[in-house]
Amino acid sequence: MAILGLAIKSFRNRKFTTGLTVLSIALSVMLLLGIEKIRVGAESSFTSTISGTDLIVGARSSPVQLLLYSVFHIGNPTNNISVHSYEEISEQPQVKWAIPLSLGDSHKGYRVVGTSADFYQHYRFGKQQSLQLEQGAWFGEGYQAVVGADVAAAQGYEPGTEIIIAHGSGDESFVTHADKPFRITGVLQRTGTPVDRAVYVGLESIDAIHESFEGDEHGHDPLMRHADHADESEEGELSAILIGLQSRGAALAMQRTINEHDHEPLTAIMPGTVLLEVWQMMGTVENVLMVVSGFVVAVGLFSMLIILMTSLNERRREMAILRSVGARPAHVFVLIMGEAVFLTLLAIILGLAMVYALMLFMQPWLESAFGLYVAIGWPNTTELILLSVIALCGFLIGLIPSLRIYRYSLADGMTIRV
Amino acid sequence: MPEASPVIQITDLRFAWKKQAQPVLNIASLEINREERVFLRGPSGSGKSTLLNLLAGVALPQSGVLKVLGRDMNTLGSAQRDHFRADHIGLIFQMFNLIPYLSVVENVTLPCRFSGKRRHKVLAQGDSLEHEAMRLLDHLDMAHADVLHEPVSELSVGQQQRVAAARALIGAPELVIADEPTSSLDADRRSAFIDLLFRECDSANATLVFVSHDNTLQAPFERTIEFDQLNRAAQAQPKLHVVS
Repeated sequence: MAILGLAIKSFRNRKFTTGLTVLSIALSVMLLLGIEKIRVGAESSFTSTISGTDLIVGARSSPVQLLLYSVFHIGNPTNNISVHSYEEISEQPQVKWAIPLSLGDSHKGYRVVGTSADFYQHYRFGKQQSLQLEQGAWFGEGYQAVVGADVAAAQGYEPGTEIIIAHGSGDESFVTHADKPFRITGVLQRTGTPVDRAVYVGLESIDAIHESFEGDEHGHDPLMRHADHADESEEGELSAILIGLQSRGAALAMQRTINEHDHEPLTAIMPGTVLLEVWQMMGTVENVLMVVSGFVVAVGLFSMLIILMTSLNERRREMAILRSVGARPAHVFVLIMGEAVFLTLLAIILGLAMVYALMLFMQPWLESAFGLYVAIGWPNTTELILLSVIALCGFLIGLIPSLRIYRYSLADGMTIRV
Repeated sequence: MPEASPVIQITDLRFAWKKQAQPVLNIASLEINREERVFLRGPSGSGKSTLLNLLAGVALPQSGVLKVLGRDMNTLGSAQRDHFRADHIGLIFQMFNLIPYLSVVENVTLPCRFSGKRRHKVLAQGDSLEHEAMRLLDHLDMAHADVLHEPVSELSVGQQQRVAAARALIGAPELVIADEPTSSLDADRRSAFIDLLFRECDSANATLVFVSHDNTLQAPFERTIEFDQLNRAAQAQPKLHVVS
């Protein structure tokens, strides 16, 4: 009890330097945990982009490329697949549902995805969550569109707004379908996935604007398919197909069947496997971040050691005085050791408080700017391990000055020479 | 009258600081009895403080016997000596050695926080530690409300010395060792301080070893030891001559 009281008063006496030490370690803890939380949030956002889809089918290409353009709207397909293949696959008895996707157009930099009502009905993200409409209804026939939450928020769209779709997927396009505006019928609820940053239209309307684009040259009505294009419309093309199977166990066999499809070269991927593969590719960056923040923590702890060691001269005399009035070597050891442990624990608590405050403040921005949902919850196992390691390091660092002062306290502190 | 049982017994004691070949202390024999008040006088550098270090158990002699209150200090470990010192010895340092961030009362009561024996002595009198501290400080004209709870670093040198004295006396230790305790006090306070020291030693049946250069303080002491005669190592050292 005497030691605890002394420790508290000693802290008060050195509040500025101890405050700086605590702040230095707390900032390191905040950085380390912040990176860990963002990493977990990124991984969670990434892997929960799509769920419930057993296979993704596209033209023959690399699995990563297929995943990126079909789910994340990054990059473009090198080739398309025929509607015939789509029909053939969707008629397979193991296939429960098949969502056609047609990519290649954009609206103000947002991808336009041509699809069917099956997308709204069957697409799942996160923990098997289905898409929900925030406003309006899913598109019907004609030039109608549904927009993701980010598109609506950024552009101020709501049902009834008319938008123009452009060729290509860039931010700027010189070729637009200005003559055929799409009317927004619905706005999707936020998902934290690329769905929020896309515009969904019917496959027929996508085909129609492209026919119209060609048809104009011939002076034909856009949605009335011209006889000259009859074959083309029958043999229309898709960018990818999302497939849900009757049984997940059939995925491997179905994947093999599609990969050996003899009508045209196709690639079928299991999204979970490829998601993991892509995440592992990004793992190096993640590791670099962790190493950097680890160094920051090491610097923070080292600064604590420096502050403890530089204050040793002053403290040696203090400890010697304490021993002269009866404190045992164990008391002075516990005093210094306790101080190091207390500083570390205080810094950890402060660091945790800072990281949660920061997350609370930054969560909406991270979600809207990066589609990154960082959950604010109890520390996960990795975070607890990291915090334990920091606490252990604080303990070990405290041993150095504690042992020194234990050894020196009386020998050189109590000089009563005449 | 004091009992004639020795509180301090020294036989053939030799002590040298580390890295020094010549011993600082070489004392053939010394006995100080219970309740005796001893005035220790000697020139600077003669080894008086070193002897006090040994008596307090801060350092150990390389050879010889040093018994304090019947305990052979050479047989005690470091922590045991700390414990022994806390329970039985009150030290007044030349440099005061107060904890700067503690208040006057906290500094005075500090030994009782570490020594159960001294704490119980105070409590057995029906006093709290704070009351006992106030009583001692009052005798030293230090029980002013405006300074009692101030950090000692804000006190004058003379005030700090009185706080150091009160700290040594609290809990009635059997042996009080005072190293130049009046050097920062004016004549009136010096007298009050000596009165208090003797009164407290009387009430606790304590033995007093008092080091000072001030020969005017010598009178009330029962015995004066000329340290350069006691310490053969000091006799062997060359004398410094001041050339005017």
